Amino acid sequence: MGLRQVGKNIARMSVLLVLVSIAAFFLVTVSPLDPLRTNVGQAALGSMSQEQIAQLEEYWGVNTPPVKRYVSWAADFLRGDMGTSLLYRQPVSKVIGEKLANSLWLMASAWLVSGAVGFVLGVAAGARKGGLTDKLISAYALLTASIPAFWLALVLLMIFAVWLKVLPIGLSVPIGMEASAVTLGDRLVHGILPVAALSITGISNIALHTREKMAEVMESDYVLFARARGESEWEIVKRHGIRNILLPAMTLQFASVSEIFGGSVLVEQVFSYPGLGQAAVTAGLGGDVPLLLGITVISSAIVFAGNFTANILYGAVDPRIRKRRAG
Amino acid sequence: MGWFTAWNRRKTLFIFLIMAALMLTVITIGGRVLENEAMVTDFSRKNLAPCPAYPFGTDWMGRDMFVRTITGLSLSIRIGLLTAAVSALIACFMGTAAACLGKAADGLVGIVIDLVMGIPHILLLILISFAAGKGFWGVMAGISLTHWTSLARLLRAEVMQLKERQYIKIAGKLGMGKMQIAWKHMMPHLLPQLLVGVVLLFPHAILHEASITFLGFGLPPEQPAIGVILSESMKYLAMGKWWLALFPGCLLVLVVVLFHFIGDTLMTLINPNQAHM
Repeated sequence: MGLRQVGKNIARMSVLLVLVSIAAFFLVTVSPLDPLRTNVGQAALGSMSQEQIAQLEEYWGVNTPPVKRYVSWAADFLRGDMGTSLLYRQPVSKVIGEKLANSLWLMASAWLVSGAVGFVLGVAAGARKGGLTDKLISAYALLTASIPAFWLALVLLMIFAVWLKVLPIGLSVPIGMEASAVTLGDRLVHGILPVAALSITGISNIALHTREKMAEVMESDYVLFARARGESEWEIVKRHGIRNILLPAMTLQFASVSEIFGGSVLVEQVFSYPGLGQAAVTAGLGGDVPLLLGITVISSAIVFAGNFTANILYGAVDPRIRKRRAG
Repeated sequence: MGWFTAWNRRKTLFIFLIMAALMLTVITIGGRVLENEAMVTDFSRKNLAPCPAYPFGTDWMGRDMFVRTITGLSLSIRIGLLTAAVSALIACFMGTAAACLGKAADGLVGIVIDLVMGIPHILLLILISFAAGKGFWGVMAGISLTHWTSLARLLRAEVMQLKERQYIKIAGKLGMGKMQIAWKHMMPHLLPQLLVGVVLLFPHAILHEASITFLGFGLPPEQPAIGVILSESMKYLAMGKWWLALFPGCLLVLVVVLFHFIGDTLMTLINPNQAHM
């Protein structure tokens, strides 16, 4: 991919990010939810003096006009100051950094596992469309496409944490342990169930897509010719199948970053896992606008980075596109 | 598939299609009828495990979980139908606008689609629900406004391709008006696509409604929605009340699978390339 293409992509991404922030800001601004009533409570508000209420209103920014608020928020954001989370009473950047570190490896491993397993299953199913393997894998993919991630998480929790008691019931570290005493093993054990729930539901999309493409390749004339030349089934799959379908599969997987993120919001909620998704839910329920905005922009940046990578890979892997761009 | 050789595959598929649709209808209407019973509390039958009288057990307030589940699903299906229809309308409008109204419109629609797809789905639902003040309308708006993107892209590509076809061009040269061409030559191609697209939107709509309600943004807690049921069950899970989560979830999965099945079957039956099965 040429430099110009990269530049164009980055420019488009930045414009989209700005649009995302404007859209998100617009949405939280039109919200009829009164931050005071949500967080202080009706009873407490009634017993407060006017000055106290005015002070609180200033703290939650009730009376400033929206455009002015957006401009000052965006200017601060560009300087790295995302504001102060109203619920956590810490800088938003610090809250997001902490939560993102917890979530990121969870999402990354689920993303890798679901992508790799899904691709292999899809190739296996598509290579012999209509066979027993294909039927089993298709049924499995259809079923997991219909299972909500949070319910699967609940079931896994029920089986492995409540009945068998082999895995912890939630959180990312053991309860009541000092931060320094937490080992990597503890973190891994706490991550197993969330990653499993995310991966199992994430497989279906890529598996079904790969299966479809693979079956298409297997019916093509060049595969018929390859058969006539005496290539073995495995050689055909390797040379003509995987080479053709790896690229769209990778693009799809990079474009699915947003799905994995959505799944992680739900799964983290079930496991009380202190990640970015749970913070988003807390912020949304509690009316913590700065945190909600920060999370929206950061997660969109991650999604766009995924799409961007997909575009670059497209150029790097596919010789046809490389040639066309050079010529 | 030779379990019943007197029928060909097309006929068996059609029978299954009717059965699936019938089942969904029964759940939808049944839930509507049972709505009041789902709220009945009876402390003499608290926390019962599943038994013949209460196949799904009862919860900590003695409410019949089977009735609650059916009511919740009925609500989900109705919301799913409505939001999928609205989404399809938006998709139809955006898709054809992008394909027909020139480059600027195409670029604009493209940006809007990228924007909607750029914010993770659940997060966008949270934002829209927050903007609408949570509750029923928040869910409705959220799901309608987020599910049209892929269908719009599909329709745009389809219309773009159709525009280049020989017979469309010839129709234009023969003096047919644009609307006439769109109605007479394009609609028959797009209608099946749109129909299947709508059916395949249901599962997503239903799952997202359940998810967002589960997180606490959607339907209010006093509604027996499936997301509310599952979110309540979470508190009682550690105490071993497995039936509160297991059965409602299973039925939800069943409903979604049925919708997937209907969509796929319709696609197979409508597609003329597969007429000779």
